[in-house]
Amino acid sequence: MLAFILRRLAQSVIVMLVVALIAFMVFRYVGDPIASMVGVDTRLEDQEIMRDRLGLNDPFYVQFGRFIGNAVRGEFGISYRLQQPVSQLILERLPATIELAFASALIALVFGVGLGVFTALKRGSWLSGFIMSASLVGVSLPTFLIGIGLIYIFAVELQWLPSFGRGQTVDLGFWRTGLLTESGLRSLILPAITLSLFQLTLIMRLVRAEMLEVMRTEYIRFARARGLSQRAIHFGHALKNTLVPVITITGLQLGSVIAFAIVTETVFQWPGVGSLFINSVQVVDVPVMAAYLMFIALVFVVINLLVDILYYVVDPRLRVDAAGGAK
Amino acid sequence: MAEPVLSVKNLTVQFPTRRGVLTAVDDISFDIMAGEVLGVVGESGAGKSMTGAAVIGLIEPPGRISGGEIRLKGERIDNIAPDAMRAIRGRRIGMIFQDPLTSLNPLYRISQQIIETIRTHLHVGEAEARKRAIKLLDDVGIPDAARRIDDYPHQFSGGMRQRVVIALALCAEPDLVIADEPTTALDVSVQAQIIDVMKELCRERNAAIMLVTHDMGVIAETADRVAVMYAGRLAEIGPVRDVIKNAFHPYTQGLMGSIPSLTTDLDRLLQIPGSMPRLSAIPKGCPFNPRCPKVFDRCRIERPDADPVAPDRRVACWLYPEVTPA
Repeated sequence: MLAFILRRLAQSVIVMLVVALIAFMVFRYVGDPIASMVGVDTRLEDQEIMRDRLGLNDPFYVQFGRFIGNAVRGEFGISYRLQQPVSQLILERLPATIELAFASALIALVFGVGLGVFTALKRGSWLSGFIMSASLVGVSLPTFLIGIGLIYIFAVELQWLPSFGRGQTVDLGFWRTGLLTESGLRSLILPAITLSLFQLTLIMRLVRAEMLEVMRTEYIRFARARGLSQRAIHFGHALKNTLVPVITITGLQLGSVIAFAIVTETVFQWPGVGSLFINSVQVVDVPVMAAYLMFIALVFVVINLLVDILYYVVDPRLRVDAAGGAK
Repeated sequence: MAEPVLSVKNLTVQFPTRRGVLTAVDDISFDIMAGEVLGVVGESGAGKSMTGAAVIGLIEPPGRISGGEIRLKGERIDNIAPDAMRAIRGRRIGMIFQDPLTSLNPLYRISQQIIETIRTHLHVGEAEARKRAIKLLDDVGIPDAARRIDDYPHQFSGGMRQRVVIALALCAEPDLVIADEPTTALDVSVQAQIIDVMKELCRERNAAIMLVTHDMGVIAETADRVAVMYAGRLAEIGPVRDVIKNAFHPYTQGLMGSIPSLTTDLDRLLQIPGSMPRLSAIPKGCPFNPRCPKVFDRCRIERPDADPVAPDRRVACWLYPEVTPA
């Protein structure tokens, strides 16, 4: 187990280095950093001095090494647009994105698994048929359209929920949370639903397919033949066996939820990392873009690692080489 | 005469399909006494597994019992509520499946699966259930049961897993055990051990066994009586020794003749010409008539019932006049 985790950690480091290389190339070679920093009337000699002071004349690998060193310390330079350290900008906006992502992942997981199990067990009923058809909408409609639709219905027509922003937030020192105020919670509902809808339908269809598969297996028949209760069979024996693929997809989807919250954050004016990124793209704020790239890669790598560890927890067969030999 | 543990009367199982209703089990009747082993033999698709599934109430929809009745110690169990039937499954009727590699849930320890089953049916605490589980594993011949009980299924060999399956089927001391091809998926060297363990434990607990198999050898060594099925119907039923030595039904005769013997010298193995009809195309009259060497006109028109022709023997064949028991 430990060897496995170490091996995966090593792989993760390699992945991060590759991403860092790409981020560095974007940072260094997309446009001229000096040109972005200075005005048009700066003299060429001054530009040259600046270039030298910033180390932009050093060999490639020295610059890359410096970039890595800074990145490890969480330093990605100063945002061109906002003239603040990039790491500080991202950290300020991270809580909003994390809260949104986890809220929608929670919705997707709870309803996805619940509805998936339901539609698998009540395969013939009209309600399952209805849910399955409705899920097609979730899969096929683009996120921004769903967001705009929800805003129109619940914010404009019914006026039940706010259409943009994060509401009031409470500063916990290291974390600005919107979960502790009523307006914050109300503001979270629409964007969280919007962001979750695609993952929800995906998880639901996956759970349903896996459940149908598992319900046909011999061990479920044997569990029935032993007279176990329906609940024990469906939720104990069947559901647990569907978990390995569900964990994989859910984990990767959680990464996507954070990464692709961009659209939802834009639609709902959510002050998260995604909207920071969009604003930075518009003005070619390269340090922010590079940092965002690194951040998203880190999220995916960490989640992948967690998913792999969860496999071990769920499926004892994978632990074979670790424990089986001793017994 | 004592009351039979299991009494099946005119059982019919049907599957509605797009191309009409298929009859998988057609009007079969038999009894099993306490402590008795009834072998049910037949080719694939003869309806023997389906009969077992019907008895324990596990026919997959859209299949259903469309006629007849099943009684367990005199009580009807074919038409009771699903919850009542579930209380009988595992508690009063245990079942052993064919493939031990797939009949245990791979994600749970053996202990979890046995204790769960014991506690579903018997009012005992966790510790007591665990004690019983270890005793059971010991009984089915798992060495070092107290330590191995917390292993996962994949840590056992096929034969050992089938022993665990037997322990699971027997853990609430049922009156009847349905063993559906219990040795088919196992190595020949292990088959005899598994049969011995199963038979021994059932004898100790005075449980009856319905042993479904296509292996005449297993039946000959294990069963007290044998029921031969063909195309969903009962061809012949009687004490195993009599049926093997003196088969009445031409199908049974063919079946016996096709078992190779060391004492007779043959160039070719004997076989019954043709194959069993599909359920959608069962011939009129006796279903065996197109393959029967002794067929005559009546066989093609009228269907024979499994009627008594000798003491404790019934056969569905027009060659034998029905004997009304005195």
